Amino acid sequence: MTSTPTRPPAAVPASPSPAAPRRGADAGRRSVTASAALLRVLLLGTLAAVTVWLAPALVARESWVGLTALVVGAVSLVAVYSTSRFVPAKYLLPGTLFLLALVVYPIVSTLQLSFTNFGDGKRGTKEEAISSIVGSSVEQLPDSPTYALTVATRGSVTEGPFSFFLVDTRTGEVSVGDADGVQEVEAGEVTVTDGRVSAADGWTLLTPRQVNDAGAAVQELTLPTEDGAIRAQGVARAFEGRTVLRHDEATDTIVNTRTGERFGIGVVGDSEFFVGPDGRPAFSQSWLQGVGLSNYERIVTDDTVSGAFLRVFAWTLAFAVLAVGLSFAVGLALAVVLDDRRIRGQRLYRSLLLLPYAIPSVIALLVWSNFYNRDFGLINELLGLRLDWLGDPWLAKAAVLLTSVWMGFPYMFVVCTGALQSIPGELREAAVMDGARAWTAFRRIVLPLLLVAVTPLLIASFAFNFNNFNAIELLTEGGPFPPDSPSAGSTDILISYTYRLAFGGSGAQFGFAAAVSALLFLVTAVLAAVQFRATRSLEDVN
Amino acid sequence: MTTPIPAPPTTAATSAARDSAGAAPSRTARPGPHGARWWREVGWRHVVALVAVAFAVFPVLFILSAAFNPLGTVASTGLVPRQFTLSNFTRLLSGERGPFVRWYANTVVLCLVVSSAQVFASALAAYAFSRFRFRGRRGGLLSLLLIQMFPQFLAVIAIFSMFSGVGEVVPAAGLNTLVGYGLVLMGGALLHVWLIKGFFDTVPRELDEAATIDGASHAQVFFRIVLPLIAPVLATTALLSFVGVINEFLIAGIFLTDDESKTLAVGLYGIIDSDRSNNLGLFAAGAVLFSVPVVLLFQFLQRFITGGLTAGSVKG
Repeated sequence: MTSTPTRPPAAVPASPSPAAPRRGADAGRRSVTASAALLRVLLLGTLAAVTVWLAPALVARESWVGLTALVVGAVSLVAVYSTSRFVPAKYLLPGTLFLLALVVYPIVSTLQLSFTNFGDGKRGTKEEAISSIVGSSVEQLPDSPTYALTVATRGSVTEGPFSFFLVDTRTGEVSVGDADGVQEVEAGEVTVTDGRVSAADGWTLLTPRQVNDAGAAVQELTLPTEDGAIRAQGVARAFEGRTVLRHDEATDTIVNTRTGERFGIGVVGDSEFFVGPDGRPAFSQSWLQGVGLSNYERIVTDDTVSGAFLRVFAWTLAFAVLAVGLSFAVGLALAVVLDDRRIRGQRLYRSLLLLPYAIPSVIALLVWSNFYNRDFGLINELLGLRLDWLGDPWLAKAAVLLTSVWMGFPYMFVVCTGALQSIPGELREAAVMDGARAWTAFRRIVLPLLLVAVTPLLIASFAFNFNNFNAIELLTEGGPFPPDSPSAGSTDILISYTYRLAFGGSGAQFGFAAAVSALLFLVTAVLAAVQFRATRSLEDVN
Repeated sequence: MTTPIPAPPTTAATSAARDSAGAAPSRTARPGPHGARWWREVGWRHVVALVAVAFAVFPVLFILSAAFNPLGTVASTGLVPRQFTLSNFTRLLSGERGPFVRWYANTVVLCLVVSSAQVFASALAAYAFSRFRFRGRRGGLLSLLLIQMFPQFLAVIAIFSMFSGVGEVVPAAGLNTLVGYGLVLMGGALLHVWLIKGFFDTVPRELDEAATIDGASHAQVFFRIVLPLIAPVLATTALLSFVGVINEFLIAGIFLTDDESKTLAVGLYGIIDSDRSNNLGLFAAGAVLFSVPVVLLFQFLQRFITGGLTAGSVKG
């Protein structure tokens, strides 16, 4: 299939030739139907409308990345589809835009994150951290005003954003406020019953129970006032107090106005905190900041991490190789055994053997994880064993592999059956005639030919298993966990390990997880490149 | 020539076609061996096949048995159902453990929309890669392979932040919405380019040329001539894509936390994960309802794709 390109515009002109003459030439060659033109106008019109609708909102939120993406997307769509030039681009653009926005941009953004300390307690800006530190230092004084509190929201009762309706217990004045400040409420705007706000137009008022469930989001909400701040006290009361801490911008320190203590900035771990004289963080709040290569350094130098990383990496490789290898061996063996016309019911066997391939893998994995239950699991029951499949590191590995084989062999079986049938029978017969035994004929003639056909599939399968998060997470959740390494279990592969680092119980470490992700990407890419080179299957892109 | 990477459809198709061609005559007149020789040459193959079938099928039997087991616990479930009840199904459909019907609808809509959009975008790009020669073509094809080796899930933190931003501007496409989640899955828009390109390459260019000479535009060649010819392949690709979407569970688990917006995979996982021992029956009933359409699609498409690709379209 190496015939010459059929159409002149096949090659994108390096320097765009003037549009006019070309369009004229095109018009002579093909007829643009009225409906196609109408469709084009409609689509481009919709695009313009969406752009105009979204742009102000993006500007208002100062979302420059979003705005750039919107403009670049819209301009490229218009440029490609409103003219007759760039024919290949007309076909490539839709998928490419999706790929850029949803795969490439997240990859780049992950790389950026890997140079930060992004994680729990380190999400916001430094200003947010300071206002949180200062705000939480509110102290109630004996003469502080108190309020009957009603928590309200215009958003969701669980997520907020929350506002406080306050009724001054002494004066009965009603006010409303949030983190931006407090303002008076006119008498007619809300309903006050028994000294507290009981209804307000456009607001959802939270019940005490909902306030409780909202937890810290309500309890740590600080309403700045002229000489202090208002905070909640329990679910139904609030008080105005004075902030004890103050941020001194000139020296960038936090000052305790009562004791005169000063907390300057110091680096703890890889992040800046406001630290006390002993050099330890005085407040848990930190902020999002660049940390250079320290996440990567940590992978290499931190003993628990690097020890676990190498162990997990080794098992990831072993898992991917064994899962593919075993599935292939079983699939190939079955294909060879069943490759005999004299077998009655050959087709029935084949369609039954395909069944695992058709079962959604999420279902299959969850069912298999049940089979390994020590007390009631099917495997122990059928075999009369009492093995603790998921509690023992090696048995758990075996279990993961067994399930992978179950899920993988039907595919290999289909592929090998097809490949076997495409190998001319004469070749084998000739070998046997020449005195070769069946096994020799298979090994010397059939197998090499078959491998040529299936190697690309084996590579794809390997890459898939290398990052087969589902298989691990749904079967063993990475476990069992050795006592000395609570974040890297015996069956963890790199991707499930990364996931636990990012979202695990011990506080999210997004920046670190991003560094591991970046490394994982590198490893996958290198492995793939090596394999492609070794097989040369893709050298000749046709 | 390159082989399309995931090529099982064609091989399956050819094997099935050969089967039907070869099975008919041998069934009527089977001059096979008998006795000990039969065992040595054919009989043992049945034994191997039966063992393999048992291995392949027992989890399926277990799911069925659990789905119809009135107790619905791990301990009371074996391979063979001892009692029969539909109570697991009625409990599940009644919405006692979450809006199952809603999950089902979510999943079906999502799978149909996303897999057709993915296949369409892939087919468009594959056409460009197969028919046009342009700068960056080879690089584009190879970088597609490389980019797709990076599981989208690894960038989930970035995707999550991105969509929490999107949700502020367009609430209908933010976190916890099917639209937003569907968009994330469209990251796989070019997932099937290599596969489809392999098949476009097998469609003779003479067809395009003839149409072009007759005055067809490139779009007409694509939509009216080349695309219909590989319709069976597109159907198979759509099935692969469908299965991919139906099984996606990780990003869905992070993205979709409201009961109303969950997909089947996330919802069913929630049911089994809340009590692995006692919710087995409910889960299995859901699993049966979940798997049946996919298994049927597989059966249906296997026959569908056996038709010759371009057989007869070019003579000589």
